[in-house]
Amino acid sequence: MRGRAPDPRFWLLLPALLVLLVTFVLPVGGLLARAFTQPEPGFQNFALLWERPVYLQVIWNTVMISAAATPVALILGFPVAHAMAHGSPRTRRLLIFLVLIPFWTSLLVRSFATVILLQRRGPLNTLLMNIGVIDTPLPLIYNLTGVLLGAVQTLLPFVIFPLYSSMKRIDPSLMQAALTLGAGPVRAFLRVYLPLSLPGLMTGATLVFISMLGYFVIPALLGGPQETMVAQMIQDQIAQLGSWGVAGAMSFVLLAITAGLLALLHKLVGLKAVAR
Amino acid sequence: MTQPTAGALLELSGVRKRYGQQVAVDDVSLALREGEFLTFLGPSGSGKTTTLMMVAGLQQPDAGSIILRGKAVDRLPPYKRDIGMVFQHYALFPHMTVRRNIAFPLEMRGTPKAEASRLVDEALAMVGLPHHGERLPRELSGGQQQRVALARAMVYRPALLLMDEPLGALDKSLREQLQLEIKRLHRERRMSVLYVTHDQSEALTMSDRIAVFNDGRIEQIGAPADLYERPASRFVAGFVGETNFLTGEALGRDGNGARVSLAGVAMPVSDRFLATPGSRVSVAVRPERVRLSTTGEGVPAELVDLIYLGNARRFVLRLAGGAEWTALMQADAAEASEIEPGQTVRVSWQGMHATAFPM
Ligand SMILES: Nc1ncnc2c1ncn2[C@@H]1O[C@H](COP(=O)(O)OP(=O)(O)O)[C@@H](O)[C@H]1O
Ligand SMILES: [Mg+2]
Repeated sequence: MRGRAPDPRFWLLLPALLVLLVTFVLPVGGLLARAFTQPEPGFQNFALLWERPVYLQVIWNTVMISAAATPVALILGFPVAHAMAHGSPRTRRLLIFLVLIPFWTSLLVRSFATVILLQRRGPLNTLLMNIGVIDTPLPLIYNLTGVLLGAVQTLLPFVIFPLYSSMKRIDPSLMQAALTLGAGPVRAFLRVYLPLSLPGLMTGATLVFISMLGYFVIPALLGGPQETMVAQMIQDQIAQLGSWGVAGAMSFVLLAITAGLLALLHKLVGLKAVAR
Repeated sequence: MTQPTAGALLELSGVRKRYGQQVAVDDVSLALREGEFLTFLGPSGSGKTTTLMMVAGLQQPDAGSIILRGKAVDRLPPYKRDIGMVFQHYALFPHMTVRRNIAFPLEMRGTPKAEASRLVDEALAMVGLPHHGERLPRELSGGQQQRVALARAMVYRPALLLMDEPLGALDKSLREQLQLEIKRLHRERRMSVLYVTHDQSEALTMSDRIAVFNDGRIEQIGAPADLYERPASRFVAGFVGETNFLTGEALGRDGNGARVSLAGVAMPVSDRFLATPGSRVSVAVRPERVRLSTTGEGVPAELVDLIYLGNARRFVLRLAGGAEWTALMQADAAEASEIEPGQTVRVSWQGMHATAFPM
């Protein structure tokens, strides 16, 4: 049987596909494979993860920190996306500009800046003490607060843009109709606006959660030992202990959680609604 | 404060609204009687929607008062005003079935489930969609969607129904069909309706009274026949129905009424507006009031074209001075006149059918 010649446009995709294959699929595949092959073939790396409480603890931490960051990012991002979708073109341009600024600076620089801002004698604590809100500095860093504050600001674009794209499809006259039909602003929001922005909320939540699962720099710089996340542990395993097998097993678990979540999301709203 | 008009359901006095430097509504006053069908007619941008939005409570007036059922509603939010509103693009909730859409206002009012269900059935039957309750709005045609929107705005029997160009997105035959249905519902339910359109024939067919908007102001408010037969301004004469205009010079009055000089011919006009002799005026005559003859008095004109309309004929004329006019004649009268294109004729009218607007 002779295959049909591929669409000529396929050849345009080829370079990108090759780059992905060489720099992503092969090395990640290799790392994942080592989970089953090093130091010897079998499942002993997974058994190790299961037996050592510290490993499970870190995986659990990672999921919980990501789960905590998600609603914070959604709640902060929602009004911004709303203003972007329904404000004047000027407001929209300004907000898009502001939301994109973080992408112009390196994550490392931003995280160190956050360290300076949040530290015990940093500007934020000094300000709060000077205006008399607090007497002693708040512990804002090297704990969960530090990780969440640092993570959420880097994650906001991932909720704002999907929400914006959902919201700008919501006809403003729907809210007006709800008001004239007897719904107060809160009920109009809950019954009409919120359900219609659900696809954006789901996409945003998924992107935030999944990105956060793999965070490395922020928990390393802004968190304490309690906030150690899987990515840090993978780095430790490889750089300090040289145990590629355990690192591979951890990567595998991370990937499984991500895939499981995407599958769940697909079941709930359909990836089509997300990709739209 | 002005005194409320007796029997008025809704009363606007001195209502103004600006958006930045743009004056959208400028000193609008009107009263809507209980059970009346009142239409806002005017070109796009003349302030109709803004006025309707202020009645709904979706926009706040900068000045003036709005009184609904004898109570000032200036501070009342839309959801407490007891109004229903139909939007041009239907504004149905896309994530709810037709039934849930129509039940929405009842639910907001805490109507008991069984009662609500009965009212929804009744409303669906009323708009001729008894079997479409479980569909989603996007599964319906435009006309069906607007019927659902109508049912949703009427199911709780609001004191006042507002409609903003509800048929604007539909094609002509559907529009005419729905015009009749809305009229029927208005009659059967004795509703008070505030209707917005920029289509003068729609306004003439549907309304008890029409308020003609221009540039944020009401130019004239009255029954369709008033507007058509006795337009208060040149704008109304041009916007409501078809009109021929010719510029001339006021001559003053004699025993038979006022006279105007048009292309050097003295022609009669009604004496509704008194222009000082010598001042320039714009004379308006409806096509069906124009008389054509081959002899006698009148403004000379050339017949440019004769259009066959079946039951009538439309004569396209070029008057001395260059203005293009049309005359409408019933079939038998037109055939009897024996006028052919290219021929020179005299154009005339009865004084009571011509209005001279000061310029
Ligand atoms: N939200 C708004 N912001 C600024 N200008 C507006 C707004 N709504 C209406 N306008 C202006 O007010 C005027 C009246 O508009 P509108 O009431 O919508 O007229 P209509 O419904 O008769 O077409 C127009 O000049 C329009 O440009
Ligand atoms: Mg309008």
